[in-house]
Amino acid sequence: MSASVQTLVSQPYKYGFTTDIEADAIPRGLSEDVVRMISAKKNEPAFMLEYRLKAYRKWLTMKEPAWPNVKYPPIDYQNIVYYSAPKTQPKKLGSLDEVDPTLLETFEKLGIPLSEQKRLANVAVDAIFDSVSVATTFKEKLAESGVIFCSISEALQEHPDLIEKYLGTVIPVGDNYFAALNSAVFSDGSFVYIPKDTQCPMDLSTYFRINNGDSGQFERTLIVAEAGSSVTYLEGCTAPMYDSNQLHAAIVELVAMDDASINYSTVQNWYAGDENGKGGIYNFVTKRGLCAGKNSKISWTQVETGSAITWKYPSCVLVGDNSVGEFYSVALTNNMQQADTGTKMVHVGKNTRSTIISKGISAANSKNSYRGLVKIGPKATGARNYSQCDSMLIGDTSSANTFPYIQVQNSTAQVEHEASTSKIGEDQLFYFAQRGISPEDAVSMIISGFCRDVFNKLPMEFAAEADKLLALKLENSVG
Amino acid sequence: MINDNSEIILSVRDLRATVDGTEILKGLNLEVRAGEIHAIMGLNGSGKSTFSKVLAGHPDYEVTAGEIQFKGQDVLELDPHDRATAGIFLAFQYPLEIPGVSNRDFLRVAFNAHRKARGEEEIDVFDFDDLIEEKLDLVKMDVSFLDRSVNEGFSGGEKKRNEILQMALLEPALSILDETDSGLDIDALKTVAGGVNQLANADNAVVLITHYQRLLDYIVPDFVHVMADGRIITTGGKDLAKQLESRGYEWVLEEFRAGVTA
Repeated sequence: MSASVQTLVSQPYKYGFTTDIEADAIPRGLSEDVVRMISAKKNEPAFMLEYRLKAYRKWLTMKEPAWPNVKYPPIDYQNIVYYSAPKTQPKKLGSLDEVDPTLLETFEKLGIPLSEQKRLANVAVDAIFDSVSVATTFKEKLAESGVIFCSISEALQEHPDLIEKYLGTVIPVGDNYFAALNSAVFSDGSFVYIPKDTQCPMDLSTYFRINNGDSGQFERTLIVAEAGSSVTYLEGCTAPMYDSNQLHAAIVELVAMDDASINYSTVQNWYAGDENGKGGIYNFVTKRGLCAGKNSKISWTQVETGSAITWKYPSCVLVGDNSVGEFYSVALTNNMQQADTGTKMVHVGKNTRSTIISKGISAANSKNSYRGLVKIGPKATGARNYSQCDSMLIGDTSSANTFPYIQVQNSTAQVEHEASTSKIGEDQLFYFAQRGISPEDAVSMIISGFCRDVFNKLPMEFAAEADKLLALKLENSVG
Repeated sequence: MINDNSEIILSVRDLRATVDGTEILKGLNLEVRAGEIHAIMGLNGSGKSTFSKVLAGHPDYEVTAGEIQFKGQDVLELDPHDRATAGIFLAFQYPLEIPGVSNRDFLRVAFNAHRKARGEEEIDVFDFDDLIEEKLDLVKMDVSFLDRSVNEGFSGGEKKRNEILQMALLEPALSILDETDSGLDIDALKTVAGGVNQLANADNAVVLITHYQRLLDYIVPDFVHVMADGRIITTGGKDLAKQLESRGYEWVLEEFRAGVTA
């Protein structure tokens, strides 16, 4: 493959700017004191500090996972700033007028207007800047239908009982190394509570922005959908370009009760590092949904285009009978990016169903692995899974791997797995060119065609954004 | 239709080209005027398909000498997609499959790329649908073809008809049909030839690359060229094709060798 195809997939990162804002950060390093300091800064209830300390002590006994198909130098956990917040942050989030205009500008520049006049129609946004939530829109409107949508810090003050009841129930503190770290030091995130029989009146969204070059981002999202309720949730992320790597170790927990449904979509565009692999975000994230109730449904849709390294397996634990888990994923890697991503579908209840559609696209020298587990437990009579994992290679130097794990302990289960690998070749591009279609447009048409099954699952606001984002990533003048 | 005063569409002078360092075209000359239909015949390996790919700008081929002018414009300076929008169309011998991209989208984007290159506004989905459905009749294709992925799972004949559909849509000044007849049964061949005949007019030109006289029963050429060893060694009228059919190529090659050594 000629160099021309590869230059097509390199596009300058648009969100790489830094916001010059004074930060209230604690010194580098991690210790029990730091954990206590974070908890104290946030004026947390006692159970929260206990939870954090338990996680921290657990973390000390654990080892970083070595099994992912990625390589990176050892992370110095003592060289990370675990809490960084804009100094001008108002004590309590009231009206948006109190938010530092620099922050509003930052989010506006990212295409996420927070001000009353410009905010996105019918999408409520929680904007998180480094370690803290800076604004949540449409809170009052949501409250009218009983929906709670706020930062997790605020939830700890206003609804501590709900947090205490659900936090860590899906992902326990010792679940894995990065989950333990997050549980010890998480600084903010979003909390959503949808009461019984309520359809959330608008889409909810969190936008994460890492600004500080030395800070890690450890946010925590908890969504609880009570019986008969439903919600669609969108998550977006960007970060400035730094030579150093920033660690992002988040946790997302979802709980769906009887007949409840949660759609969780992510468009991840963290800074990926430069073409030589310098800088970029380490995106080590644990996401898991619990279909606790019968007929409940959790659907993950992700479009992963950024990060130097992605280690992420949004999963579903299907406990309720007839519950449904879905995972739709597009992961694009370019340059020196490495992704080891996939899902786990754990079937516990009867007649549980899961669908996995994974599309991996690797360009340049990147490495893209799908890793998935389908586990059918002994009581999961009639459980069904369908998995489809497609990989597309652009150029000759990228690699794609598929690691499917299937464990079936019930003989009535049906598990299907399909996989394919294709390649955008010079001849395909020549065919497009011969019909007058430029290589940029050709690659983007091929890629959107390849990803269509997943894009169709995204909420409308995001589908357009995802298509545009992939097109941007793949757009460049022909060398 | 031969008219010595018509516009020169294509002028190729002493064209030499290599692939992976091996010279395939060794001094090819050809002139094609508006209104003309040319057939290029020759044995396997004579360089016919290479010539079509070089004209269209396939990146694997390097032009080492000579020139190609299309309507007075230097073709070698143009990227492949700019050659296409300028009016050079290649019907592929093996049309590529593009999974996930619908034929309809592909055709519309191609059509709009041509319009854009001419400085015209892109047309919307609805106007395009009206336009393309009209063109479908020409190649006797069902509208359901539009919603399938480009060439994916198409039979050999369907792929070739899809090529002619694209030709009908894009209305190129120069169409090069690279062994469009290969692998077609007689009905498909008639359909394809009928489409080409309807599209040929006084303002455009067609170059047919073929092994067999058979296609030329349906598309009657004004000129027949024989290619061997990377150049055109003889040119005649439609009777030449018939002679080749009955006598084979050897006598042409012998006459050529005799001429070269004489």
